[in-house]
Amino acid sequence: MNDRTLEISLTVNGARVQERVEARKTLVDFLREDLALTGSHVGCEHGVCGACTVRVNGEIVRGCLMLAVQCDGAAVDTIEGLSDSGEVSDLQAAFEQRNALQCGYCTPGMITTAQNLLKRSKKVPSRDEIREHLSGNYCRCTGYQAIVDAVEAVAQARAGAKK
Amino acid sequence: MKITEDSPSVLTALDRPNSYIGRSVPRPNLQRLTQGRGQYISDIALPRMAHVAFVRSPHPHARIVKISADAAKKAPGVIGVVTGAELAKVMTPWVGVLTHLKGLKSAPQSPIAVERACWQGEAVCAVVARTRAEAEDACELVEVRYEPLPAVTDPEVALDAKTPVIHAALGDNLCFERKLDVGAVDKAFAESDAVVETTFRFGRHTGVTNEPRSVVADWNEGEQRMTVYHGTQAPHMMQNLFAKHLGIAEHQVRVLTKDVGGSFGIKVHTYADEMATVALSKLLKRPVKFVADRIESFVTDIHARDHRIKAKIGVSKDGIITAFEIDDLTGIGPYSVYPRTSGIEANQVVNLIGGPYKCPNYRAQARVVFQNKNVMCQYRAVGHPIAVAVTEGLVELAAAKIGMDPLELRRRNLIPDDAYPTQSASGLKFELLSHHEALAHLDSMMNYAGLRAEQKKLREKGIYRGIGFASFIEVTNPSAAFYGVGGARITSMDGATVKLDAQGAIIVHTGVTEQGQGAEAVVAQCVASSFGVPIGKVRVITGDTDNTPYGGGTWASRAAGIGGEAAWQAGKALRANVLAVAASILQAKPDDLDIRNGLVVDKDRGTERLPLDELARVAYFRPDTLPPGFQAELMATRHYVPRAWPFAFTNGIQGSYLEVDTDTGFVKLLKHWCVEDCGTIINPQLVDEQIRGGVVQGIGAALFEHCLYDERGQMLNGNMADYLVPMAMEMPDIECGHVVSPTADSELGAKGAGEAGTAGAPASVMNAINDALRPLGAQPLTDMPSTPDKILRALGKV
Amino acid sequence: MKPAPFAYKKVRTLKEAVTLLAKHKDNARLLAGGQSLIATLNMRLSAPSLLIDINGIKGLDGIAKKGKFVEVGALARHAQVERSDVISRYAPLIALAMPHIGHAAIRNRGSFGGSIAFADPAAELPACLLAMGGEVDIASARGKRKVKADAFFKGLFETALRPNEIVTAIRIPVADKNTRVGFAELARRHGDYAIVGLAASARTNGKGLADVRLAYFGVGDTPIRVKKAEAALADGNVDAAVNALDLDPHDDVQATAKVKKHLAGVLLRRVAAQLLEARP
Repeated sequence: MNDRTLEISLTVNGARVQERVEARKTLVDFLREDLALTGSHVGCEHGVCGACTVRVNGEIVRGCLMLAVQCDGAAVDTIEGLSDSGEVSDLQAAFEQRNALQCGYCTPGMITTAQNLLKRSKKVPSRDEIREHLSGNYCRCTGYQAIVDAVEAVAQARAGAKK
Repeated sequence: MKITEDSPSVLTALDRPNSYIGRSVPRPNLQRLTQGRGQYISDIALPRMAHVAFVRSPHPHARIVKISADAAKKAPGVIGVVTGAELAKVMTPWVGVLTHLKGLKSAPQSPIAVERACWQGEAVCAVVARTRAEAEDACELVEVRYEPLPAVTDPEVALDAKTPVIHAALGDNLCFERKLDVGAVDKAFAESDAVVETTFRFGRHTGVTNEPRSVVADWNEGEQRMTVYHGTQAPHMMQNLFAKHLGIAEHQVRVLTKDVGGSFGIKVHTYADEMATVALSKLLKRPVKFVADRIESFVTDIHARDHRIKAKIGVSKDGIITAFEIDDLTGIGPYSVYPRTSGIEANQVVNLIGGPYKCPNYRAQARVVFQNKNVMCQYRAVGHPIAVAVTEGLVELAAAKIGMDPLELRRRNLIPDDAYPTQSASGLKFELLSHHEALAHLDSMMNYAGLRAEQKKLREKGIYRGIGFASFIEVTNPSAAFYGVGGARITSMDGATVKLDAQGAIIVHTGVTEQGQGAEAVVAQCVASSFGVPIGKVRVITGDTDNTPYGGGTWASRAAGIGGEAAWQAGKALRANVLAVAASILQAKPDDLDIRNGLVVDKDRGTERLPLDELARVAYFRPDTLPPGFQAELMATRHYVPRAWPFAFTNGIQGSYLEVDTDTGFVKLLKHWCVEDCGTIINPQLVDEQIRGGVVQGIGAALFEHCLYDERGQMLNGNMADYLVPMAMEMPDIECGHVVSPTADSELGAKGAGEAGTAGAPASVMNAINDALRPLGAQPLTDMPSTPDKILRALGKV
Repeated sequence: MKPAPFAYKKVRTLKEAVTLLAKHKDNARLLAGGQSLIATLNMRLSAPSLLIDINGIKGLDGIAKKGKFVEVGALARHAQVERSDVISRYAPLIALAMPHIGHAAIRNRGSFGGSIAFADPAAELPACLLAMGGEVDIASARGKRKVKADAFFKGLFETALRPNEIVTAIRIPVADKNTRVGFAELARRHGDYAIVGLAASARTNGKGLADVRLAYFGVGDTPIRVKKAEAALADGNVDAAVNALDLDPHDDVQATAKVKKHLAGVLLRRVAAQLLEARP
């Protein structure tokens, strides 16, 4: 038995995936290289920048700090899936309208992280709460204010829609 | 709700009936990025593509005695193990000098070190394999025997006689030196009522682009062509350099730049490992990919700043600045970076000190020295953050010394708004600036008097808040004076080609590149406005040397001002061509017609005469119906280069409000303001976002970012946990304001805005910290970044 | 920056885990949350031949009050601990510390047991465990044992754990109405490892504090108790407690030893104020 490569099966963006992968391959490399889902980005590979943020079983994780083999049997959502399902379409629209991205490299991770906050929050989060929740996602371009604006606008719009 | 639909237009001169100039049009290319469907170079995979990893020197300076690669060559997946000597057969070395920086010298640099490694992190051997992981596995099997050599690390002793010379052929460790003496400096200091003298230090820092440097090189032996997918700011410059050092013609090289995950000046230089990747592709006759990982980025992406400046200001008791004097020393690593050189930053510092002020007396010395650390070169706002911090630091220290309000002292010294055209003591030529109007705007925007009252009240409760300012000028829209005259093949021109497609839409090819700043939007706005279509009908194509007009790309805040003007002119030219077609179809005079909102209309009444899709149908598919001898020309190209001024200077002023915890030395940023004058504002939202992003990058320099080295030349914090970049929680909201002084050099009148935020933020934060601590008798902080350590030391608490 | 190759085995039972550990010892590493381990693998700072993934072991992620202790399973995620009512009621110090640990995505994966076993001297949870006088449940192929927090942290990334052992749970004395806790840390950026931090617990006896336990982190090779300062604080003398601090930190890239010592004093005053504050 060669335990250095393993067969895994999982759900990615709702579709069944079965692949043989090296044990050492991180989830984000697996998504990008084996499944060509390049929306999840690699920024630091040591868990600081947040560019690789994806969802595993509904929870956000660092794609560089999880191995693909750990996702055997899991449900993984990437920005491509979140886009196609429409789940984050309001966040995307707000980011575009507010120019809350420049190079866009952090954006998939940023939107995935913001969605996690908005889904979890029982009330409209304050700007400080938004900043705190996004504080594990590095953006070199915007200075963050536009991102906070966009997330805040969506939080308010969603709260308004619920009333 | 913070999102506003649009901002009011700030200009009328360019009003066309459906003008997009001055409007916050959303960027047309954002959806693919928010959906994760961009294409960054790191995303690219080609058939037969191999990956390269580099064995890098652990020593700051060492002779490479022997490289044993046998084990690595046999490792799984390995395609090739290549040393510097082997790669030298494919690619020639380069020397980073410019003739207009007189006396600047450097040594030949190779894509992979040959014989000697000159900094910790320099590549000494390449391993090409099927995957990056396998390449890294094999790197561990390459045995390199080094003979460590003495390392030169401290710039202060680099020129001492007993310090070893890094490149013996150069004779000494001096890369470049400049001296300037204008007016009567000694007399002015002697006659000053107060003189402030201090030393400023600027920590070495680096760009940390979120996407690391990336390149995929694909040599096609059959075509004898090299295609390079490259995350760069300057595709045509790189085309020239790849061709030159591979010994092939430029037309044999195609550089393609797709989405780039942040640049900031990091991606406008020649990197040995990227050049090596291109050479390896030619050697191995297959595509080779190199994506720097974060750890190698920290020791190979250019570093910047790292200046020590002794500085002096004289002032009269009524607040008139009498003289500035500086002595700048900077260590730039073992090589001057090719092709822009590592002398530019110090040169800029000399040029820019005192720039906003009337003061005619100025003396400067700058020395740029070699050392065994990673190379330094141009990074966002090149020299400006240093010059502004020195100038504005001195100005506020002088104000404090004579007991004058820091804004009042500026009012008495800033060049008057009606004095233009004029020039600085260092000889910089200013077309039109607006220091006083900008200052007045900032004063009211931030409610300065109110903040001072609040500050006073809180001090009584032991809460120490500070207000700091920074007036600044910024170099934008550079002419050939920047690089071309020095012999570098870096064009200051840019072009746009505009084409009417067969359904009446517009396709634009532009020489400027998109790094996320919004160049595509700006170009689309210019063409849509000058030609006359809804912006949704304009598609912009960038970053392909086979297809876009020759251009400089994105650097020195040039894309909007230069690329925008070329696009504006190309749109106008195509409008004339299209109106000629319309006139012949409609049997009207071209002068009686116009194009508005995608329709050919009657110019006077605005009534519709012909939709563009119908015009295109006739021109492309029924040219037989046009009058004999008439040929429709539905594509037009225009270029633009600034000629009247070497640079289009912009100006502005920033303000910072913060609170210092005097027990811990921690700084909390409360608010930041910036008033900026970049001439005509094409897209207010994009300008503001450039300012905000730039300010935060400057705050990083002021408070957090520092490439720490030990005295032997080892970088100590080369990872993202230890090198602190600004994150969301600690950053303030930033309010932007504008004054508009267009340049008359172009029809648009737009100057650049990309670096103003970074130029002024460090100075204003530093000044605010000193303002907060002044009542406590703290030593002024002039050493960036201002860490808790330094603040506590200034307070005498440790 | 890719990990060196390794074999991977996902185990389903504790027995399987300890059997593999007994066999491979130092060549194997346990993979729990992985938030520190995988970063070190990526950087090739660690290159085990086998990763034993314990995330599939059932029953190791519970959080429950059991008699005089709150028992936190080794695989309880930080996020789970953060949201736990049991923790906020019976282990309030942990609740105070939780928001400072990394970021949401890290807390979703990072495990309580992993943090204790990894014993990063700058991490919050080892110091909290020490401040609360908790204990660590350990298993190996030979059986089970318990180690008190005071005896658990031995040196830099070094604990009482032997190569063949695994942490199964952490046990924390239940807080009651007389328990006082305090927590403060100074990190340059939210979620970073702190320059210096302090976790504290004490009991109030109506007049003042007793059983004061002050555990610093970020100032040495392990979380560190400062017993002289504890005694001074129990005497009600904050100034004396600050003066009695006998820390000997090293310089690091964020701060010099001198500054760390100064900041330790500042934190002691702040945390002492929390301990002395009357609880509603």
